[in-house]
Amino acid sequence: MVISLPRSRHSLTTSLAMIALLGSATSLAGAPPGDWQAVVEEARGQSVYWHAWGGDSRTNRYLEWVAERMQAEHDVDVIHVKLGDTAEAVSRVLAEKQAGNDDDGSVDLVWINGENFAAMRANDLLFGPFAEQLPHFALTHPEHNPEVVTDFTLPTDGFESPWGKAQITFYYDGAEIDTPPMSIVELKAWAEANPGRFSYPRIPDFAGSTFLKQALIELSDADEALYAPVEESDFDAISAPLWDYLDALHPHLWRSGRQFPASGPDMLRLVGDAELSLAFTFNPAEPAAAVTDAELPPSTRSYVFEGGTLGNVHFVAIPYNSPHKAAAMLLADFLLTPEAQARKQDLAVWGDPTVLDVTRLDDEQAARFEGVEDNPTLLAPDALERTLPEPHPSWMEALQDAWQARYVGR
Amino acid sequence: MLRLTPWLIIALLVGPILAGLAMAALPAFGYLPALGGDAFSLEPWRALLAQPGLARSVAISFTSGLATTAVSLTVVLLFLAAASGSRLDRWIRRMVSPLLSIPHAAAAFGLAFLIAPSGLVARALSPAPSGWERPPDLLIVNDPWGLSLMAGLIIKEIPFLLLMSLAALHQLDAERRVAMARSLGYRPTIAWLKVVMPSLYPLIRLPVFAVIAYASSVVDVAMILGPTLPPTLAVSILTWFNAPDLSQRFMASAGALLQLGVTLAALASWWGLECLVRRLGRGWVAGGQRQRGERMLRLAGKALILLAALTALVGIAGLALNSLAGVWRFPDGLPQTVTLQHWQRALPSLGGPVAATLLIATVATLLAAGLVLAALEHEQRSGRQPAQGQLGFLEGRRSAALTLLYLPLIVPQIAFLFGLVVVMEALGTRPTRWLVIFGHLLFVLPYVFLSLSEAYRRFDPRWSRVALTLGATPDGAFWRVRLPMLLAPLLTAMAVGLAVSIGQYLPTLLLGAGRITTVTTEAVALASGGSRRLIGVWALVQASLPLLGFIIAVGLPRLLWTNRRGMRGTP
Amino acid sequence: MTAPSLELKQVHIALHGRTLLELDARVAPGEVLTVMGSSGSGKSTLLAYAAGFLAPAFQASGQVLLGGQEITALPAERRGIGLLFQDPLLFPHLSVASNLRFGLPRATPDKAAKVEAALADIGLAGFGQRDPATLSGGQQARVALMRLLLSAPRAVLLDEPFSKLDMALRHEMRQLVFERLRGAGLPSLLVTHDHADAEDAGGRMIAL
Repeated sequence: MVISLPRSRHSLTTSLAMIALLGSATSLAGAPPGDWQAVVEEARGQSVYWHAWGGDSRTNRYLEWVAERMQAEHDVDVIHVKLGDTAEAVSRVLAEKQAGNDDDGSVDLVWINGENFAAMRANDLLFGPFAEQLPHFALTHPEHNPEVVTDFTLPTDGFESPWGKAQITFYYDGAEIDTPPMSIVELKAWAEANPGRFSYPRIPDFAGSTFLKQALIELSDADEALYAPVEESDFDAISAPLWDYLDALHPHLWRSGRQFPASGPDMLRLVGDAELSLAFTFNPAEPAAAVTDAELPPSTRSYVFEGGTLGNVHFVAIPYNSPHKAAAMLLADFLLTPEAQARKQDLAVWGDPTVLDVTRLDDEQAARFEGVEDNPTLLAPDALERTLPEPHPSWMEALQDAWQARYVGR
Repeated sequence: MLRLTPWLIIALLVGPILAGLAMAALPAFGYLPALGGDAFSLEPWRALLAQPGLARSVAISFTSGLATTAVSLTVVLLFLAAASGSRLDRWIRRMVSPLLSIPHAAAAFGLAFLIAPSGLVARALSPAPSGWERPPDLLIVNDPWGLSLMAGLIIKEIPFLLLMSLAALHQLDAERRVAMARSLGYRPTIAWLKVVMPSLYPLIRLPVFAVIAYASSVVDVAMILGPTLPPTLAVSILTWFNAPDLSQRFMASAGALLQLGVTLAALASWWGLECLVRRLGRGWVAGGQRQRGERMLRLAGKALILLAALTALVGIAGLALNSLAGVWRFPDGLPQTVTLQHWQRALPSLGGPVAATLLIATVATLLAAGLVLAALEHEQRSGRQPAQGQLGFLEGRRSAALTLLYLPLIVPQIAFLFGLVVVMEALGTRPTRWLVIFGHLLFVLPYVFLSLSEAYRRFDPRWSRVALTLGATPDGAFWRVRLPMLLAPLLTAMAVGLAVSIGQYLPTLLLGAGRITTVTTEAVALASGGSRRLIGVWALVQASLPLLGFIIAVGLPRLLWTNRRGMRGTP
Repeated sequence: MTAPSLELKQVHIALHGRTLLELDARVAPGEVLTVMGSSGSGKSTLLAYAAGFLAPAFQASGQVLLGGQEITALPAERRGIGLLFQDPLLFPHLSVASNLRFGLPRATPDKAAKVEAALADIGLAGFGQRDPATLSGGQQARVALMRLLLSAPRAVLLDEPFSKLDMALRHEMRQLVFERLRGAGLPSLLVTHDHADAEDAGGRMIAL
């Protein structure tokens, strides 16, 4: 800890100068090329501690590939700090701020979205704006794709850079089920007919909370209210149909609704163990990957509801006290290159959909994203066109609190 | 130098814990300037009390602390009473160390897969005789009463209490006592319970207290096996601490203090129970009853411990199967296909964490062993051996020192570790390997002391006297006589230390800022991904590392002393 | 080295304020002084005091002098007083030769030859590499005695050294031990409850 001090002091002053430079450039659309060159120069030899959920071995292997490429291309050492929950990184930065560590934090980059982002923004824990300075950010064409600059209705303001996409995707064993439910209402009827074969992750799990939002959107007629802070509307009245629905649904769930799976991946395990017959995930490629790994039967099929399902974009952000901001920015930019994005979308690697606007890429780059495999487990190619946008993050918290007050400790 | 070690140890152990508790106490009363809390208030406590299911969380944590301890202790005592000298006795004694070395998380994963509705037991019974074509919809793992949690803890605490009891039994001359009672017409099991147990219990009281504290505040096992709606108090606290809504940290801090209170309440209740049992037991011991119930007790003593040991071992075997399984559908008892894919994929990423784990565990254990040896040697040289069965080592302040050494085992980790992180940050300490090693030392040190002190104090003082009168210096006598002769117990204590360090989750995670990856943090991080195949791989690696330590501890003395008959068996 | 004498001057040892023993004695070079006492009479406490191992719980006054020099405050290893226990206490992790070598002062030249000669002296030539645990009781006792002598003590304390030997061996060992101690001109203090010990020692006798 002592040895590295002089060097980090030096890079610290340079970083501060950089931040000032970048700040002044914010008003311009994209940084001047000279500035970016300075970032690349400064990043050389730095280490990036990238805090990212480590619960999926495919994601982890993709991150290993990123680390290799960053080392080879930019002489940047990327270290994947595997988290059980992204909130741990938020907590960590907070503890550092609490202790007055404002310039030598331990988190350089964090994989984030939704309420974690909202929380870090609200507490001034993020560095930025920086996203627009990244040369490859332009390929996302935010002017046509507002979702890459919007996180749960909140504008990202350049404090996080888009990385990938997620959408609720249901899956089931096609050998067992012919016609899966195509809406929240049908789901209840299906559960009544097949007691104990469906469930959703325990709140406050991310996927579980998203299921609540999905149900609320379908069951209430208050779409506009959902996209504004919850304080501005009558929560009890708007959410009433959801609770009626859940009260009726729970007795027909797995374990009669007295217990819930821990997470999306936990549901997948339960489907593999034949405890559940129908489940959902946030990563559209996950069921196909699980078939490849023999965790699900080859007869597994994926689909989304008729009216569409909730989807969102996930991002990377840089904490305000990261000592390696230049390298973190360089990494965020590398993640947006067609090379990295295409590899990420490759089902054999990870299968996470790209955030680049493929229709606006030049032919050579667009070609990287072609060749969708003919995999029966995968979603139909047009399925992800029916994406419902995420409500305001305050709804997530309100729903979580109400769910827990209603169903915990009974 | 030697004279300072006891104080050094106390400072090392007590300082961080008190500092950590203080930094948990301030936010608990509203003070956390970084989050805008600059005035003291009771708001965090109000928020805490308003949490749905809080009463239930507290009740489960409290009950788990008491029930786990009561059952584990009963099983251990009945076994010792029933099985001395039998073949089962020898087998169990040999299994103590390997069982002890299985990390809690790995044992919990193993048990979960054993007893789940789609687990090994259900598969063995299906489709015949159970008639289950699909896993039954039964709430077994994560049951709301915490029974599976307690079961998971019991199979891990039995070997711990057994090891502690075996060490303490050396000074009781149990065989002679039992022989005496038998000559008065008592059946052996009854005799042991009446004449040995009352003297044994005071000697293992502190380990028992450590079990209560651990079982009432454990995090990793409770995450795997514990109830979920709501979870135990410790798991809830971790969730609140990690909540993205940062204001929950105030409430989490209040929860940390509540956890401390719950653990202390469990300890106090146990103490009350002790008094009650002692009063009732006195009548029973002196009642003259010699035979009745012996057959039942004997059977229970053997069957229960066998059940616990087999559960742990079969659970681990289940994990091994999982790590090799390809397609494995319910109700197949064995995988349809076997594959090395999970191992091959994990191998490239195993090296770093395994090396880090071994490095941290080795350094922490060597430091702990050095400090413990220095403290014990000082105790010997100053000639102030504590009275039999007392575990303190500071002259004149025995009872105080006694409590302090075990502070890290009594104060719940979750109550002080978050505060400790804040303290370290405030001191400008960057998360490094050394900080993690220091964090591990907090827990390794007491266990090494616990494991070594008995053998050290029991060591015949005449050996050192002979050496001294032959002209050896006190240091020479230590290095040339005491240390080599105590090599076997020292290595065992170090193996225990290694196992403790390897199993640490929260201290590694928090003090290493997640940058220091060990097999344990890796396994628990993967646990959130749910893939049991991969968990199988990591849990096996996690379980095999401490085993390595125990193999060395058993094998090295045998190798060194092949031609020294007097060095076989404990000196 | 001129043989010194061992003096215990007005020794008074108490525990918790209760007097355990009082003694005032002088042992001449080559003399064996026997202190008789039943168990619990404080014999072992006396030896612990003279050797420098008395536990702090005891309150002791008086002086120990060796060759006229006060050694009461010296630590055990610097008193130059050798000790023979009931058990031979050969270090189980060392070979027979290493046990003997343990006794030799650090600066001794040609240790190996000394050890070999010592072994031959007690009729155990060639036993050097043996595991002490494989020796008979009598052989172990002889090695223990030789180890003591090799350490070149200036006085010797004997704590019932024959009580664990069987009858046939006991007399033989007594003869050997006392002959060697006298031969070396060492002042020796023997504590025992066995009158036969005292008789074989042939010196003065004090009852506690």
